[in-house]
Amino acid sequence: MNMHAQPQRTAAETALLDAFAARFSDLPGDPAVAQKRDAAIEQIKAGLPTRHVEAWHYTDLRRLLAKVPAAEAGASANPVEALLSGSAILPILNGTALEKTPAIDGATVTRLADKLRDGSFAPALDVTGADDAIGALNVAFAGDGYFVDIAAGAELAAPVELQNVQAGGQTHVRSAVRVGDGAKATIVQRETGTDAALVSSVTNLTVGEGADVMWIIVQDQPEAATHLGQFNAWIGKDAKLTLFVMNAGGKLVRQEIRVATKGEGADFQLRGVNLLSGDTHTDVTMVLDHAVPHTGSRERVRNVVTGKAHGVFQGRINVHQVAQKTDAKMSCNTLLLSDDGEFDTKPELEIFADDVVCGHGATVTEIDKNHLFYLMARGVDEKSARGLLVKAFVAEIIEDLEVEPVVEALEKRLEDWFATHG
Amino acid sequence: MLEIRNLHAKIADTDTEIIRGLNLTVKAGEVAAIMGPNGSGKSTLSYILAGRDDYEVTEGDILYNGESILEMDPAERAAAGIFLAFQYPMEIPGVATMEFLKVAMNSLRKARGEEPLKVADFLKRVKTEAGSLSMNMDMLKRPLNVGFSGGEKKRAEILQMKLLEPKLCVLDETDSGLDIDALKIVADGVNALRSPDRAIVVITHYQRLLDLIVPDTVHVLYKGQVVKSGDKDLAVELEKNGYAGLLDEAA
Repeated sequence: MNMHAQPQRTAAETALLDAFAARFSDLPGDPAVAQKRDAAIEQIKAGLPTRHVEAWHYTDLRRLLAKVPAAEAGASANPVEALLSGSAILPILNGTALEKTPAIDGATVTRLADKLRDGSFAPALDVTGADDAIGALNVAFAGDGYFVDIAAGAELAAPVELQNVQAGGQTHVRSAVRVGDGAKATIVQRETGTDAALVSSVTNLTVGEGADVMWIIVQDQPEAATHLGQFNAWIGKDAKLTLFVMNAGGKLVRQEIRVATKGEGADFQLRGVNLLSGDTHTDVTMVLDHAVPHTGSRERVRNVVTGKAHGVFQGRINVHQVAQKTDAKMSCNTLLLSDDGEFDTKPELEIFADDVVCGHGATVTEIDKNHLFYLMARGVDEKSARGLLVKAFVAEIIEDLEVEPVVEALEKRLEDWFATHG
Repeated sequence: MLEIRNLHAKIADTDTEIIRGLNLTVKAGEVAAIMGPNGSGKSTLSYILAGRDDYEVTEGDILYNGESILEMDPAERAAAGIFLAFQYPMEIPGVATMEFLKVAMNSLRKARGEEPLKVADFLKRVKTEAGSLSMNMDMLKRPLNVGFSGGEKKRAEILQMKLLEPKLCVLDETDSGLDIDALKIVADGVNALRSPDRAIVVITHYQRLLDLIVPDTVHVLYKGQVVKSGDKDLAVELEKNGYAGLLDEAA
């Protein structure tokens, strides 16, 4: 007799498993892909992670994901205007990429559904562990996206924008970008929609030797959306990756950032801005591996919390034993604008090398009264003065990017957010 | 223009009274100097005039053009024409100086029921006034007061004063930290603002500023009260004999 008590499944878990049963035969993929999907769904069957799983301590997914929308979107999704003008847009609308991929000079673009069908993408469909719930969900369901292969030495004339737009439903997209040695590219990843969807979005990036990549994620999903993002990157020798992440929407958001330095001289820059309002939950979790000697990183995250919003930043830097001369510095600063808001910061440095410079700092503050008085003494009314100071707090992070059109476009996003939430 | 009547004020949430029955009248067109030893309440008075809520008025009143300003917040006072040039101007990272100047000028214009300035007109005015203070426009591209030297901060304060065209200017130890050349530039800037419909209150510790901005009246503040008033000769006398002699006399 089987004495194991089957854990009670939540409504969301049941809905996900039902969706898998209904969709499985339609999901693209060869037998190798199907096998990976089967293994991944087993992980979901075992239950979504709770706060007892360390990586999910502040985001009890099982409890927070109370229900999921119907599998199919209720309407069609339309492309949105590019963040940076002149960008080559790669739309993924309600989870479906373009059948005929656009030509981009210096890059080859393949539709992911095709790569799943021909089996060439199966080896890259990985779930990284028992606590990788986003990976598991995505591997089980991922239907489409793009594979962008940027040629060695290519310098893309215009930014490329991966545009995930949903009009509700359950959407699981996956894209991969390979940047060849010495290539240079700016890539924007939009995560947006018109109706509350459940989205998992996984992106893998490899940055070749001496390549230089700026990657910008802007997530501004509708108020009731659940957004589960995962960004994995490997940075080669003497290569540079600047990653900017802005979260300015969604009801339940988790954005994972997992980066490893693979060659000496690799440099990683993370700039994060979280604008949190209403009754929302947003979690940015970063795991960075300094895996070889002589690599550097800077992580600067700034958060604005209003209403009853709850924010989380977990930042873990692993400095491997061989990774001598690592230079890493992480900071997380939060402006708490309401008594009901909450922000949890969990920085972790795991250092196994003995000749490194590593540090982290975190603050949670309110608006500086002296600054407010100064602005008001010049005739700026209290509301406008507060607005100026809050914007200034996050604008500093955006200005760090130093590329004028990027700074302008992101500051415009900031203005838009304050116009509706300020 | 300004009439302070029997003003008593303390640091908010404490019993520490700093201003203890202060009386002072400054007329339109007048330049009044307020002098006094450290701790006499000079800076506190300037903050109370500007409306800083770290201080609480417990008795008396401040009338500006005949009306009490005690219930007005700092922005409302600024809109009414009161300007404080800070002794220690605040550094505000992330707020671009030019953006701040534009917002401040347009806030005051809005309060007066005027249209916002056109960008070209705004730039022209800032350029002209900055030039008259020997300020480099590059400086104004930086965040507000960030990385400015002491002298640059004081000039930036005077620049704001000239751009905002207040009716009551309060200068809190504007001379501190300035070398003689900078002092002259700042004093010229203030003198250019002298006009029959404007009052200027110069708070200072030393007489040297008053050689350059010659006051109509001089008031000595001690222990939160004006203990002696006179004309510009009073400042000269103070410089010669120090506060001690005068205060003995007052006692």
